[in-house]
Amino acid sequence: MSAHIHSTLRRITPQLVILAAVLFLNFLVFPDFFRIEFQHGRLFGNLIDVLNRGAPTALLCIGMTLVIATRGIDLSVGAVMAIAGAVAASLVVDGHSWHVALVGALAVGAICGIWNGVLVAVLRIQPIVATLVLMVAGRGIAQLVTEGTILTFVNPGLIHLGAGTVLGIPTPILIWICLGLLVTAAVRKTALGMLIEAIGINESSSRLAGINSRVLIISVYLISGFCAALAGVIVAADIKGADANNAGLWLELDAILAVVIGGNSLLGGRFSIIASLLGALIIQSVNSVILLSGMPPEFNLVIKALIIIAILVIQSPTVKHALYILRASAEPLPPEPAKEAKESPQ
Amino acid sequence: MIRSTHLPLLITIATFVLAYTLCASQYPAMLSTRVVANLLTDNAFLGIAAVGMTFVILSGGIDLSVGSVIAFTGVFLAVILRDTSIHPLAAFVLVLAITVSFGAAMGAMIHYLEMPPFIVTLAGMFLARGAAYVLSTDSVPITHEFYDTLQSLYFKAPGGGRFRLTGMIMLLTFLVGIIVAHRTRFGQNVYALGGGLPTARLMGVPLARTTIGIYATSGGLAGLAGIIFSLYTSAGYSLATVGVELDAIAAVVIGGTLLTGGTGFVAGTFFGILIMGLIQTFIVFDGTLSSWWTKIVIGGLLFGFILLQKGLTWATTLRRKPATEFAAQS
Repeated sequence: MSAHIHSTLRRITPQLVILAAVLFLNFLVFPDFFRIEFQHGRLFGNLIDVLNRGAPTALLCIGMTLVIATRGIDLSVGAVMAIAGAVAASLVVDGHSWHVALVGALAVGAICGIWNGVLVAVLRIQPIVATLVLMVAGRGIAQLVTEGTILTFVNPGLIHLGAGTVLGIPTPILIWICLGLLVTAAVRKTALGMLIEAIGINESSSRLAGINSRVLIISVYLISGFCAALAGVIVAADIKGADANNAGLWLELDAILAVVIGGNSLLGGRFSIIASLLGALIIQSVNSVILLSGMPPEFNLVIKALIIIAILVIQSPTVKHALYILRASAEPLPPEPAKEAKESPQ
Repeated sequence: MIRSTHLPLLITIATFVLAYTLCASQYPAMLSTRVVANLLTDNAFLGIAAVGMTFVILSGGIDLSVGSVIAFTGVFLAVILRDTSIHPLAAFVLVLAITVSFGAAMGAMIHYLEMPPFIVTLAGMFLARGAAYVLSTDSVPITHEFYDTLQSLYFKAPGGGRFRLTGMIMLLTFLVGIIVAHRTRFGQNVYALGGGLPTARLMGVPLARTTIGIYATSGGLAGLAGIIFSLYTSAGYSLATVGVELDAIAAVVIGGTLLTGGTGFVAGTFFGILIMGLIQTFIVFDGTLSSWWTKIVIGGLLFGFILLQKGLTWATTLRRKPATEFAAQS
């Protein structure tokens, strides 16, 4: 057990170090950054804001991690968020309770996920292309649901999901942490995670080994759609309205970035949901530094681009190989060749 | 007998002709030269960007940075024409040099770092959009007499249609694109790369040069599209042309190019652009349909053409390997 925790810790060390560094930067530009207060029955503070604002990206990257682990990608999550928000809003506007709205939105998200999964697993369409269809058409569908307007609502139950608190903690934080733990437990306490990794490493051989890759691939896209729907409901609840044009716009890219920062290879295989969640927090902390330091928010995209480029250089097989050669020539024996073999994408 | 590689192209052309006939039977005014001329003018920038995207997709890659590069070009031109007194032509050359080297840098990263084009061009997308934001967050108008001269250049067809310079540049780009793809060594190398990296390497295709060339072409054409877009709107705005890369990819797919690379035609992309423009024109003519139907119809078409491609590849593998049933399934 302790060995397991130890290996997890070693896996997420780079992400923890980066997160600590970015949080420290936050502290430098804004000394009150770590102060958390309890006022009006809820926690306040910049750290809480980072956790709260990062909720949509964090939720998306839970599903995205699993999808990427199967060597796939889900570009449609932003559009699914818009659809789910629109469905939830239109259901409460029609007089249904917030339970019905939530279940309805999640069901629609799951259906979107199954659609993507069937295109990838049954029709064998490349994941980028298969999910592109829903990415292009999804916002149109969301517009159809809201009839082209920004659908506003006043249902307190639904609003509570995005803007409320439970025991003083904002609800979105609890939702993403709980879902993250739940999915991590589901894939790590069973063989599910290993089977997903097997598909990502080599689908043909995993199928020959008896893994039902079709069902598993459909399920990971389903989970991704479900997470996206939950994120969509939270975003809609937060602004008390469903904006089909802007809800979740470009969030799919943030989610993919979070997964990549989490050290998960885009070529599939080994994955860590906790590392991805840390990646989502890193992105949100970077946003926070830019806001708090008073730098123009225009720099946000440039900085994100530079982060991706830095990670790409570090992750690239060529650089890894060069580092390996360097280390091997520095020491008489190549250090832990087994570990290197596992890390490099096949 | 029709070769299976030509079939998607023929189906695209047939779809276009059928759609146009249906539209024209409902609204006879659709046949006027005005509509045809506007179809070309309104989609000129998208068409030019889609030519670059065709080369990228033919090589088995993808370029997500196109929309951002177009926006960057527009803002760059607007800001440089506002703040300095250099001639627009010099500014055009400068911005094309920037976008070509930007594309080349992405190509170099893809080749030398062995990273998926998807994530490299995603970084490029953020970088170009961010650079546009840094230059200006406001919409900057372009007022220069040279722009007025370029905008007033058109050939007036009988029936009142105005074939503008921008539409002509798009047609010219497609023509050059077709020649480059099918009649030059570079074009053949692009197809070879799309057929498979190891095979291309064994065939002696210069991988580095071709990959960098492909993304430089795409970057340069996105820059040209940005120039055309700035002529079209007379302004540079950093929030413009969000998502144009998706429209370009959709046009390429609807045009019958296989997204796995290796098969397809630049000419198909032209008809893909026309089909997408036609949907928009029809919605304008109809007047009761909302503009979001455009997205749904394009999504539906995309799906239809992907299924068609899948069916064709499946049929070919079945014919080639009748014995290995498992391979056909996978």
